[in-house]
Amino acid sequence: MSFRSLAEILNKCKKEDKPFWRVVLEDDMEERLVTEEESFEKMKQLYMAMKGADIAYEEGLSSTSGLVGGDGARMGRALSEGKTLAGPFMGEVMSKALKMGESNACMKKIVAAPTGGACGVIPAVLLTYEEQFGAFLQQMIEAMYVAAGIGQVIAVRAFISGAAGGCQAEIGSASAMAAGALAYLNGGDGECITHAAAMSLKNLMGLACDTVAGLVEIPCVKRNVGGAVVAISSADMAVAGIRSQIPPDEVIDAMREVGESLPRTLRETGEGGLAATPRGIEIKNKLMS
Amino acid sequence: MNVFDVMGPIMVGPSSSHTAGAVKIGYTARKLMREEIKEAKIYLHGSFLLTGKGHGTDKALIAGLLGMMPDDERIPNSFSYAKESGLEYEFEGIELRDAHPNSVMLKLVGIQGNKMEIIASSIGGSSIVINQIDGVEADITAAYPTLIIRNIDQPGHVSMVTSLLSKYGINIATMKIQRNKRGGNAVMIIECDQEVPSELLVLLSNAEGVKKVTYVNAVEA
Repeated sequence: MSFRSLAEILNKCKKEDKPFWRVVLEDDMEERLVTEEESFEKMKQLYMAMKGADIAYEEGLSSTSGLVGGDGARMGRALSEGKTLAGPFMGEVMSKALKMGESNACMKKIVAAPTGGACGVIPAVLLTYEEQFGAFLQQMIEAMYVAAGIGQVIAVRAFISGAAGGCQAEIGSASAMAAGALAYLNGGDGECITHAAAMSLKNLMGLACDTVAGLVEIPCVKRNVGGAVVAISSADMAVAGIRSQIPPDEVIDAMREVGESLPRTLRETGEGGLAATPRGIEIKNKLMS
Repeated sequence: MNVFDVMGPIMVGPSSSHTAGAVKIGYTARKLMREEIKEAKIYLHGSFLLTGKGHGTDKALIAGLLGMMPDDERIPNSFSYAKESGLEYEFEGIELRDAHPNSVMLKLVGIQGNKMEIIASSIGGSSIVINQIDGVEADITAAYPTLIIRNIDQPGHVSMVTSLLSKYGINIATMKIQRNKRGGNAVMIIECDQEVPSELLVLLSNAEGVKKVTYVNAVEA
């Protein structure tokens, strides 16, 4: 049975005195009729594939349009030369988010989380956290369950595709999932996790899906950076004790309502927003010819 | 909806619907053919036609027809693998009636000469539906092991099939039965919770009134 609300997950945590991640894992065992080991192993495979994709990044690759590639490496160099304001943690997260987004656009192997277009957000924050804070693999997989649980509620209650709800449904959902995972890793309890997710969604609400020429390239790759950075700030706010005044499930409902009222041109049709700028149209025409 | 519908699959980019879903359509079509494919005419519809090239939908479909899965790193170069293995293909645009925006029609010829016509759609994430097989409504998702049994429309065939399945401990998740006319050709489409062993496939194929049995394992991803 899928969870229909974050509140439902929290109730189960309280009633059975279990952490958020375990409630999500046990639900998967029930849903797919698998053992704890089988479920855990599958989640671990996804995390290891994220790691593999990060390592496999190639600076020299470029996408179908020729407009995407090399930025993750650029960001990495600026970071190692000490030129960033963001500092070592956030700077590395930005670099990793770009790299994964670029790898996706260049037809490399990635992990959809929750989608291909938003595949950079979750690995960027989790892999950097593991590297820089020396977390155990076990904890990282637990954090993946936290992220997946949040994503599952968003998918059931609203949507996770740009065509259905705009970019807020892709990058916004990825950011909410990543924020919850980070809040967990940084000591947050179930309530803290859900508020981190809510604050991410609130900050990205209304984000349009306005892909140039309809491709998962512009602006998708760079929006992975936005999603990851918002996740860090939301997790920090939540761990600091800041709470969303709008309950998390109601924030998800609002995201749905906003997505449904977005015009068709801003839902992955490649017809509005950045796609409709003179340069956007020029790129499209060049690709079509 | 389980957590792995939200987290994953592991796939070659850029798009779960236009790339990973397209690989799955090709892969499932090949499974349905049960032999290597020699010729493929591929008709792209809607968004597959408009943005397919930029998403690698064309390469993805060919990769699937060659038996690659959505996480196969050879997908970007599938055209040259097709050449190597002697798969000839052609792409065209088409306007399919009442079809999902991400749809494709495949006209396939196998190396043994089998022919099949399939209409399939990528319906979000990397989920797919095989809408039609040779003009028969199928609506299979390939998320479950699926049996397609063509038989003569006579009393007793459905109960024969279901009792054989139960004897082998196979639980039916969904089942659809159709026929073209009374006493004509019928088709049973059965999605199972367990894999169907090859021994049982042979038994079903040789059962009275059964004309053809096609089986597709669940496609993970």
